[in-house]
Amino acid sequence: MTFKTVVLGAVAALMTSTAAMAEEMKMAVTTSFANSGLADVLLPEIKEDTGIEVQLLIVGTGQALALGAAGDVDAVLVHSKAAEEKWLAAGNGTHRTEIMYNDFVFVGPQADPAEAGAAEAATGALQAIAGAEAPFVSRGDDSGTHKMELRLWKAADVTPEGDWYKAVGQGMGAALNTASGMNAYIMSDRASWLKFANKGDLGIVFEGDPVLFNQYAYLPVNPEKHPHVKTDLVNQLEAWLLSDEAAELINAYTIEGQQLFVYNAGE
Amino acid sequence: MWQAARLVATFDPDLVEITALSLRVSLGATVIASLIGLPLGAWLAVNRFPARRFVIAILNALMGLPPVVVGLMVYMLFSRSGPFGVLGLLFTPTAMVIAQVIIITPIIASVAHQAIRELWADYHDLLISLQATRLQRIKTLLWDGRRALMTASLAGFGRAIGEVGAIMIVGGNIDHATRVLTTAIALETGKGEFDMALALGFVLIGLAILVNLGLHFISRTERGARW
Amino acid sequence: MTLTGVSVRRRGRSILGPLDASLNGGGLSILMGPNGAGKTTLLRALHGLERVSTGDIHWTDPKDAEGRNQGFVFQTPVLMRRSVLDCIAYPLQLDGVKRAEAREQARARANEVGLNVNLDQAVMFLSGGEKQKMALARALMRRPRILFLDEPCANLDGRSVKEIEEILLRIKDGGTRILMSTHDLGQARRLADSVLFLHAGKLVEQAIGDDFFRAPQTAEAKAYLKGEILL
Ligand SMILES: Nc1ncnc2c1ncn2[C@@H]1O[C@H](COP(=O)(O)OP(=O)(O)OP(=O)(O)O)[C@@H](O)[C@H]1O
Ligand SMILES: [Mg+2]
Repeated sequence: MTFKTVVLGAVAALMTSTAAMAEEMKMAVTTSFANSGLADVLLPEIKEDTGIEVQLLIVGTGQALALGAAGDVDAVLVHSKAAEEKWLAAGNGTHRTEIMYNDFVFVGPQADPAEAGAAEAATGALQAIAGAEAPFVSRGDDSGTHKMELRLWKAADVTPEGDWYKAVGQGMGAALNTASGMNAYIMSDRASWLKFANKGDLGIVFEGDPVLFNQYAYLPVNPEKHPHVKTDLVNQLEAWLLSDEAAELINAYTIEGQQLFVYNAGE
Repeated sequence: MWQAARLVATFDPDLVEITALSLRVSLGATVIASLIGLPLGAWLAVNRFPARRFVIAILNALMGLPPVVVGLMVYMLFSRSGPFGVLGLLFTPTAMVIAQVIIITPIIASVAHQAIRELWADYHDLLISLQATRLQRIKTLLWDGRRALMTASLAGFGRAIGEVGAIMIVGGNIDHATRVLTTAIALETGKGEFDMALALGFVLIGLAILVNLGLHFISRTERGARW
Repeated sequence: MTLTGVSVRRRGRSILGPLDASLNGGGLSILMGPNGAGKTTLLRALHGLERVSTGDIHWTDPKDAEGRNQGFVFQTPVLMRRSVLDCIAYPLQLDGVKRAEAREQARARANEVGLNVNLDQAVMFLSGGEKQKMALARALMRRPRILFLDEPCANLDGRSVKEIEEILLRIKDGGTRILMSTHDLGQARRLADSVLFLHAGKLVEQAIGDDFFRAPQTAEAKAYLKGEILL
C-alpha cells in the first residue's frame, strides 16, 4: 500500500537527519554581523584551515547571550559590552576576547530635513532629529544596536517619545525596511546599511563620531556549567580568530569600496 | 527576479537543499500528525464520553496557538538547560518536525473530526443495524472518508510548509543544516532582498501545489475518478 | 414474538405505545397508519435501533432476536461512499468474507431484486428507486430470518413494485418473517397475511389481512381506509 511507503519513507528521512557530522560547532552571532556578509568570507576559510564547520545562529544580542547561557551554542560573537560583562559575571562564559569593531551610521532622508548631518557629534545629530520631531525608527528589540541607540539618547539628554519615534521591535533588516517605507531616520551598523537592498530615498546623514564604534567580542560558553560544549573546537576557533590571516581577511573586507570592520584583537 | 528564475531553472544546489529540507520536515510532520490526528478525530466523532466536549474545546483552542509560542515551548523542552536537553535535538530538523507536529495535529484532528462526524451521521443506522464492531465502524469510516481525511492532512501540510515562527526558534535557520524555504524568506526579507524573498515564496507555493496535485493524482489513479 | 407494554419516549413525549401485541408464525405483516403514527419507530424498536423506554420484546425463537439474523431496509436508503456492488457486499465483508466472494454474491442479489445498472458506479448516482433496490439487496445478503422493510416501494414505478412484491413473496415462502410498513393500500391488500394498524403511537387494530380490508373494526381504521384525514 502506498500509505505504508510514505510513512516508512518519512521515518527513514527523519532518522538520517539526526546523524551528526564530525567537526561541527554552533556559534550565536548578531543579525548585523551575519548581514554584513563577512561570515560568508570567513567561514569557508575557517573550514579549510581548521576543519571546523561553524554553524551560525543568527539572532539578536539578547537571544544570542540567552542561547549561550542555556548551553545551546558553544560560543557567542556579539557587540554589547555591558551585557557581555554581566553575562560573564553570571558564570555563563569563560572570557571575552575583543576581535574587531565596525561603526554605526545615522541613515535618513537624503534631503536631511532635520539637518542632523550638520551636527558636530552623534548626540547633536539625535538632538536635531528630536527637535524637528522627524520620524525615527528604533529597533526596539533589546539588541546590541538598540542598547547603543538608547545610550546615545541618554547622552544627548533626550527622552525619545512621541509620534515621531517608532520602536518596531524587529531585526536590523526589518527596521531598515520600515525606515525606507516611512522615509524616516534610523541608526544602523554600516555593514547592514551597505548590504541593504531596499534603500529607497535614504542615505547616510551622519557618521564618524568615535562613540559610534561598535566592538565585537568572542565569548566561549563555560564548560563547567555546560560540560557538553566543544571546548576544543571553541579554542581552535579563537586561535584562528587571533591569527594574522583572520586580521588580513577582516581588514580587507569591503562593500562598495568601503572597509567595514577594523581588526583590533590583542590591542 | 531574473536572478531568482535562474536559480530555479539551474537547480541551484543551495535552493535544492533548502527546498528538499522544507519538504522533508513538513511531510514528516504531516505524516506523524496524521497518524495521531486522523484516528483521534474519528474517535472523537464516534464515541460519546464525558470529557469529549472538553477535548474538542482544547483542540480548537490549540489551533489558535501562535507558532512562536509552540516554538518557545519546544525550545524550552529541548534546550540544553531543559528536561530533554541531553538528547541534543535542538537546532536539528527533528526538533523542527516536533514543533510542526504540535502545531498541525490539532488542525488535522479537528478537520477529520468534522468530516467523520458527518459520515457517521449518515452511516450510523446502517452500521448499528449490521452489528459492526467498534473497530469495524472506525475502519469503515476512515476508509470511506479517506478523501476528506486527505484534505485534513493537506490542510495540516499547508500550515506546516508555510510556517516560520516555530521552526525559526527550534531550527535556528542554520545554513546547510536547518534552513528551509520559510526561514530563508525571512532572512532575505531582513536583508531587504525582496526579489529573492519573493522568488523563494513562489518556489514555496509551487511546491505546495505540486504536493497537492501529486496526492490527488495518487488517490485518483487508485480508485478511478468516480467520487 | 410478543410485545408487552412496549413504549418509546423521546424528549418527554411518548411517541409509541404503551403497546401489546403478539406476532406468531410466519408470513408477512403490514404496518399501516398515517404519517407520524409510529410505524418507523416500532420497526426500529423491534430491530433494536430504538431504545425502548418501558416494556419488553420477547422473541419466541432466540435465534430471531440476534441482530445478525435480521435485515432492515430503511425508509431513506443509507448510501455508502462506495460502488453499488461494494455497498451491497458490505454486510458480508463485515463477516470476514473475501471481497471477491462477497462481490460475487452481491451481483447475484442485485440481479434478484432487478437492479440492472452498472454496478461499478458510485451508489449516489443511482435513481431513487434504484437506491431502494440496492438497500433491499444489501438487507438480503445475510439471508435474514426476519426482514424489516420501512416503505421499501415508496419511490418505485409500477413494474418495479411488482418485481419487489414477487421477491418478497418468494422470500416469505423461503421461511423469512417479514414486517413491512407501507402507505400503498393496494400493495397492503396484495401482500398482507396480517395487518397492524397504528394511530398516534397506539396499536389500534390488529387483524388478518383480508378481514382488515373487508371489515375494519375501529373508527380510525375505517376513516383511514376511506382516505379521510385522521386527527
Ligand atoms: N428521536 C425522536 N425525537 C422526538 N420525536 C421523534 C423522534 N423520532 C420520531 N419522533 C416522532 O415520533 C412520531 C412517530 O414517528 P415515525 O417516524 O415512527 O412515524 P411513521 O409512522 O413512520 O411516519 P411516516 O409514515 O411519515 O414514515 C412522529 O411524530 C415523530 O415526529
Ligand atoms: Mg416512517
